[in-house]
Amino acid sequence: MDLLSENKRAAIWSIALLIVGLLVWEMSISAQAINTGELTEYELLTGAGTAKAGVPPPSEVAVKAWQELSNPFYDAGPNDKGIGIQIGYSIYRVLTGYFLAALIAIPLGFLIGMSSVAYKALNPFIQVLRPISPLAWMPLALFIIQDSEASAIFVIFICSIWPMLINTAFGVAGVREDWVNVARTHELGAFKTAFTVILPAAAPTIVTGMRISIGIAWLVIVAAEMLVGGTGIGYYVWNEWNNLDLTSVIFSILMIGVVGMLLDSMFGLLQRAVAYTE
Amino acid sequence: MAKSFLSIEQLTQRYPDGKGGEFTVFENASFGVEKGEFVCILGHSGCGKSTIMNILAGLSDPTSGVVKMDGFEVSGPSLDRGVVFQNYSLLPWLTALKNVTFGVAARFPQWTKVKVIEHSTAFLAKVGLTGDAIHRKPSQLSGGMRQRVSIARAFANEPKLLLLDEPFGALDALTRGTIQDELIKVWSDTDQTVFMITHDIDEAILLADRILLMTNGPMAQVAESVEITIPRPRNRTQIVEHPNYYAIRNHLVQFLGQRSADLSDQTSGANNRPVDVRIDLTDMAEGDDPEPASVLRAVEG
Ligand SMILES: Nc1ncnc2c1ncn2[C@@H]1O[C@H](COP(=O)(O)OP(=O)(O)O)[C@@H](O)[C@H]1O
Ligand SMILES: [Mg+2]
Repeated sequence: MDLLSENKRAAIWSIALLIVGLLVWEMSISAQAINTGELTEYELLTGAGTAKAGVPPPSEVAVKAWQELSNPFYDAGPNDKGIGIQIGYSIYRVLTGYFLAALIAIPLGFLIGMSSVAYKALNPFIQVLRPISPLAWMPLALFIIQDSEASAIFVIFICSIWPMLINTAFGVAGVREDWVNVARTHELGAFKTAFTVILPAAAPTIVTGMRISIGIAWLVIVAAEMLVGGTGIGYYVWNEWNNLDLTSVIFSILMIGVVGMLLDSMFGLLQRAVAYTE
Repeated sequence: MAKSFLSIEQLTQRYPDGKGGEFTVFENASFGVEKGEFVCILGHSGCGKSTIMNILAGLSDPTSGVVKMDGFEVSGPSLDRGVVFQNYSLLPWLTALKNVTFGVAARFPQWTKVKVIEHSTAFLAKVGLTGDAIHRKPSQLSGGMRQRVSIARAFANEPKLLLLDEPFGALDALTRGTIQDELIKVWSDTDQTVFMITHDIDEAILLADRILLMTNGPMAQVAESVEITIPRPRNRTQIVEHPNYYAIRNHLVQFLGQRSADLSDQTSGANNRPVDVRIDLTDMAEGDDPEPASVLRAVEG
């Protein structure tokens, strides 16, 4: 019965699902093409030149992906940059906004987690500000900052701050009193206690917050770049939609997914590094 | 009366009872512990043993009263008073060795890293932890091994006073026995002053120079101080043959079974010092004291 391990069986199922999915997609598109009778199979495969508003088959997306990924960093003017450059812009904005948020959220979370007065004083603000869609800040940011680049970074900042802040506060407040007592009986100062006892104890919760934040930041950057335009993967998707180039749209959607997955798995590794069992 | 090394004076602890009033855990408790002495405190659960220990450790403040060590009033925790908690006192993200070096480095900040590791490894070896085990995290160690690490950490810091709160409470009888032996071994090497909470009578007789008996709470008192008149080195299989063993044990069982409850209703006086109890049948049996005087430690008072 159990000739193959669970993982291997799961992998076989994944591949089978992928193949079936792609085949169904491919065939439904070719069936459409035959029905309309306008496009030959050859035209579909080469795909180039003609701006058509039809959904492309996967083979066409694969060809597009091959073209784009074999030269990802070309730069032929404001409306024609390689996918690598566009993603690079997006990652730069996400990381900048994200690390600025971490710089504030983690120390502030420590404060809130350690002092119930600070918690009670700041909690009303957090509760009101947190549910605001990050994009709602965009007009205000554009008006005050007067710079679309910085405004996009601000939007990332504001959306990634909350999960980190709340998880840090939660993690710090939940540190076992026995461990704090160990620090106290060893006469560790406030900073030493924070770094050698509270931080490692709360790290799994903090990193979980960081992981949620990076996920949200990556979701929001696409929308933010659609609004501010210029560069970035969000702008790229929108631009290709305006060009009615659905092949590029689908390709860039896939790229957004892949980059998001990579960002997430980096934090997954970090999470494993700071995990401990009691 | 000469001042003890550790002197607890008129210690009172009250807590809000949750109904707007207060309840008194203990009132005006006073007793002393001598340097190098191993004192156990026995009493039913909830009588306030941990509360006393946390005050001695400086982790919490009493409602009133003072604790003096070496003539100085205790305020706040200090490296001079090491603590072994019942559970969870190891940092789970550090290996056994790092849990010990963590303490040693805090105690001896001027030491080199190599010296800290050497010292820590030596103390882990004293409680029977060597080789691969010291590089494992607490979650990968058995309950007994974890408590050994706690004990090694506390002794490695060479505090003036070592406080242990039911350190073997969560262990099975066999493991408990081995670690008790190890504790005795480390203690006799260092001549550390130890104050230990337990609810196990046999453990207390095996380990202690003196046993403090607490009545039931609320308004608990440290009612008696029983000297253990059994010479060291003690061995769990041999002490039961000592003529004093059952006499002391019966006294303790009787106290915990009956008198701890009878005495608990009595209101306390202004200064409750425990009554000194010395049970020694060897005097009666042979007319003179067969034990060398130096083996028996003097009772305070
Ligand atoms: N922080 C606290 N607030 C209120 N009551 C407490 C607190 N700590 C201990 N108590 C009460 O004090 C009594 C003694 O507790 P404790 O010292 O833990 O007992 P023991 O260690 O002897 O079992 C118990 O009735 C307990 O409920
Ligand atoms: Mg207790």
